[in-house]
Amino acid sequence: MLDSAKPKPALLEIKNLRIEATSYPPGEPPRKVVLVDDVSVSVEQGKVLGLIGESGAGKSTIGLSAMSFGRGGVQLSGGQVMLNGRDIRTAGPSDLRALRGREVTYVAQSAAAAFNPAKRLMEQVIETSLHHKLMSRAEAEARAVELFRKLGLPNPETFGTRYPHQVSGGQLQRAMTAMALCPKPDLVIFDEPTTALDVTTQIDVLVAIKAAIRDTGVAALYITHDLAVVAQVADHILVLRGGKKVEYGTTDQIINTPQQAYTQALVSVRSIDHIEKADAAPVLSVANITARYKGTTFDVLKNVTVDLPAGQTLAVVGESGSGKSTLARVITGLLPAAQGRITFAGRTLSPDLASRSKDDLRELQMIYQMADTAMNPRQTVGTIIGRPLEFYFGLKGAAKRARIQELLDEIEMGAGFIDRYPAELSGGQKQRVCIARALAAKPKLIICDEVTSALDPLVADGILKLLLSLQAREGVAYLFITHDLATVKAIADKIAVMYRGQVVRYGSKTDVLTPPFDDYTDLLLSSVPEMKLGWLEEVLASRKMESGGN
Amino acid sequence: MRRIPISALIGLILTGGFFFVAIFAQLIAPYRMDELVGGVWDPISATHWLGTDSIGRDLLTRMIYGAQVTIFVATCATILSFVTGSVLGFIAATAGGWVDQALSRLVDLVMAIPTLILSLVILTALDVTMINLILVMGFLDSTRVFRLSRAVAVDITVMDYVEAARLRGEKQGWIIFSEVLPNALSPLVAELGLRFIFAVLFISTLSFLGLGVQPPLADWGGLVKENSAGLVYGIPAALAPAIAIAALAISVNLVADWVLSRTTSLKGGRGA
Repeated sequence: MLDSAKPKPALLEIKNLRIEATSYPPGEPPRKVVLVDDVSVSVEQGKVLGLIGESGAGKSTIGLSAMSFGRGGVQLSGGQVMLNGRDIRTAGPSDLRALRGREVTYVAQSAAAAFNPAKRLMEQVIETSLHHKLMSRAEAEARAVELFRKLGLPNPETFGTRYPHQVSGGQLQRAMTAMALCPKPDLVIFDEPTTALDVTTQIDVLVAIKAAIRDTGVAALYITHDLAVVAQVADHILVLRGGKKVEYGTTDQIINTPQQAYTQALVSVRSIDHIEKADAAPVLSVANITARYKGTTFDVLKNVTVDLPAGQTLAVVGESGSGKSTLARVITGLLPAAQGRITFAGRTLSPDLASRSKDDLRELQMIYQMADTAMNPRQTVGTIIGRPLEFYFGLKGAAKRARIQELLDEIEMGAGFIDRYPAELSGGQKQRVCIARALAAKPKLIICDEVTSALDPLVADGILKLLLSLQAREGVAYLFITHDLATVKAIADKIAVMYRGQVVRYGSKTDVLTPPFDDYTDLLLSSVPEMKLGWLEEVLASRKMESGGN
Repeated sequence: MRRIPISALIGLILTGGFFFVAIFAQLIAPYRMDELVGGVWDPISATHWLGTDSIGRDLLTRMIYGAQVTIFVATCATILSFVTGSVLGFIAATAGGWVDQALSRLVDLVMAIPTLILSLVILTALDVTMINLILVMGFLDSTRVFRLSRAVAVDITVMDYVEAARLRGEKQGWIIFSEVLPNALSPLVAELGLRFIFAVLFISTLSFLGLGVQPPLADWGGLVKENSAGLVYGIPAALAPAIAIAALAISVNLVADWVLSRTTSLKGGRGA
C-alpha cells in the first residue's frame, strides 16, 4: 500500500453515508424518505464503537450498512462504506455473500426469534464457519465450546446439544454472541443485545460480551438506546438523532463533558429529584394475597401484603416472572385472588371484577405499557377520553368536549388533538392520552404497568414529570409497576421489591434503598447500569449473589 | 381521490350494471316475463336479441328477470348470514367459556355435513318458497361467517383496549359494537363479497337441480336447466345465463379484492 501515512488503517470507514427508503403512504404516490444523512465514522481494529440514539435515529440502519445490508426497501444511496480498505456499498451479491458471516457478523436483539427452534444450538453456532469453509467441523465445534466457556455458559461441552427453547433468554443471547464470534470475524454488529433482558441478566450478558470482545480482539459496533450500557463497553460513541450525527467522541468525553445540548440531555436523563412524602392513611391495603392462574397449582403470588398511602406512589419492582403484573391483575379484579383481602378507600373490594360497584371501578384506573394496544385504533382521541366521562358522569355534547379539552391541557397537549386517531400520535403522546383517559374517571388510584418501558429515555422522563405534577395537583395515588430502578428512584414514596411471587423488601423509599440489603435487593440494585465509566468492574467486585435466572 | 385500479373499475361497472338491471327489470325488459312471443329456440334476431327459449319466451326478458331473482335471493341470504354469523361469532369471542364452546361445536356440527346435501334435504322437507330458500341459504352460510368473525374477534379481544373497557365496567354489547366491530370490519367486508358470490353459485346450483326458484319464475340457474336440452342440438340458449353467472362472480370478486387491499392499508387496518 502506497499510502503509508496511516500506519494502521481503519477497519471500517463510513464516509458521508446516505440511506433512503421508499415509503408508500396509502392513496399517495410513493416517496423517498431519508433515513440516514451524511454520517461519517470509523472503527479501528479491536475497538468498540457505540451507536446511540432514540428510536428512528437510524442506529440499526447504520449498523447494518456495515455489512452493506438494508432492511426491506432500504437503499444505501450515497457515500462510501469502506471495509478492510474496499468499498462494499456497491458490491455485488456474491461479494457480499463472501464477506457476510466471514468478515462481519451480526447479533440481533431478540435471540429467541433469531434462532431456528428446530435445530440444536451447536449446528447453528458453527453453521457460518462451515459454510465459508473456514475450518473443519471438529475445529469449529472446539472453537464453539471454547467460546461457550469464555461467555460463561453452563456446561460448555454439552451446551451445544440443547435446543433453543431449553436455555434461558440470557443464555441464548450469549449463544448468539458465540455464533457471531465463531468464524473469527473482523467486526461484529451488536444490535441492542441486552435490551430485551432483565436488568440482573443484562449485566451478565454485558460482562460476557465485553470479555469476549477483549479476548478475541474483534472490533464491534454496539447499538443501544441506553447510554449507561454503552458507556461500559464502548471506546468511542456516536450520538445520532433523526438520521444525523449529533456528536462523536471518546466514551469518556461523551459521558463526562458532552458538548451538544441533546447529548447533555441524554446524559442527565432520569435525574428527577423526588422527595418521599410522610406516611399517611392507606388508600389501598393488600393483605395476605395469594393467587394462582386457572387450572394451575402454582401460586404466582404468595402471601403478599403491601399498603399504599393516599396520594402517594408505591413502586413494585422485580424482574420478569416476579409476579408484579399479576398483583395488578388481582387488584383490578381480572384475576380473583385465592386468599387474602384488598381494602380500597375504606371498602373491602370483592375479588372479581363483575361484582364490583361502578364507583369501585371508577376510582381504580389502569395505564398500560403499550399505549399502542391500549387504545382502539378506530377511535379518535376525543372518543377515547370522552367515553369514561360519558360512562361514569353522563357528560354529553359541549360539556363533554370542554372537559376533554381540559384534560388534554392537563396532559400538556393543546387543541387540535381531539379529532386525531392514535396512529397520528407519537409514542409519548399516546401514553399521555392513556393517562388522560385514566384521569377522566377522577380516580383515587391509578395502576401504572411499566408505563415508561416502551418509551425513549427523554420521552419517558417527560411522562414521569407529568405523572408527578398530576399527583401533586389531583392527589391521585399510583401503584407503579416497573423493572427499572432509575424510574423507581424518580417517582416512588414506597417501594415493594418482589422476587418469585413474594415481597422480599417493603418500606419507604429511603428505608428500602439504604443498606443493609437482603441478597436479592442488593443484586437488583447493583445491576442497574450507572452512567459512569468502569461501573461494570466495580459491581462485579462487590456482588453478594449470583443472578439466578439468567 | 385515490386512483381506482383498472380491474376494480371493470368490476365496479359490471357489478353496478347487474344490480341496475336487477332493480329496474320491470322497466327494462322488452316483454312480459311469461309471454310467449315466438317459436321454440328461435335464433338471435333484431326482435329477440338473445333468441327465444325452450317454449318460445324472449330469452333476454327471461335473463333480465333472472338477474332480479338471482341477485335478490343472494343479497338477502348474504345479509342474513352476515348478521347472524358475525353477531354470534363476536359473542362467542367476547364471552368465551361455555358460550364459545357451545356455539363453536354447533357450528362444527353443521359444517361437518356437506352444505349442498344438507340444504337439499331441508328443502325437500319444506315448501320451496323464496323465503325458505333465503333462510336455508343464509343460515347454512352463516357458519362460515361465524368462523371468520370469531377468529378475527379473538385476536381483538386480547388487546389492552378491550381489557380497559372491561375494567371500566362496559357491557358486552358496547364491547362488541364499539371496540371489536370497527376493528374487524375490513376482513369482514372482503368476506362479504366472496360470500355473495358463493350465494349466487349456490342458488344457481339449487335451481339447476330443481329445488331452487320454481317456475314460472326463473333465476339464471333455472334458465340453464330449462335450456340445457338445446345444447345437444347446437342451440346456445343455455350459455347466456351461464356466462352471466360467471361474469357476476368475477366482477364482484374484482371489487372485493380492491376493497380488501384498500381497507387494510387504512389506519389501524390489518397488515400493510
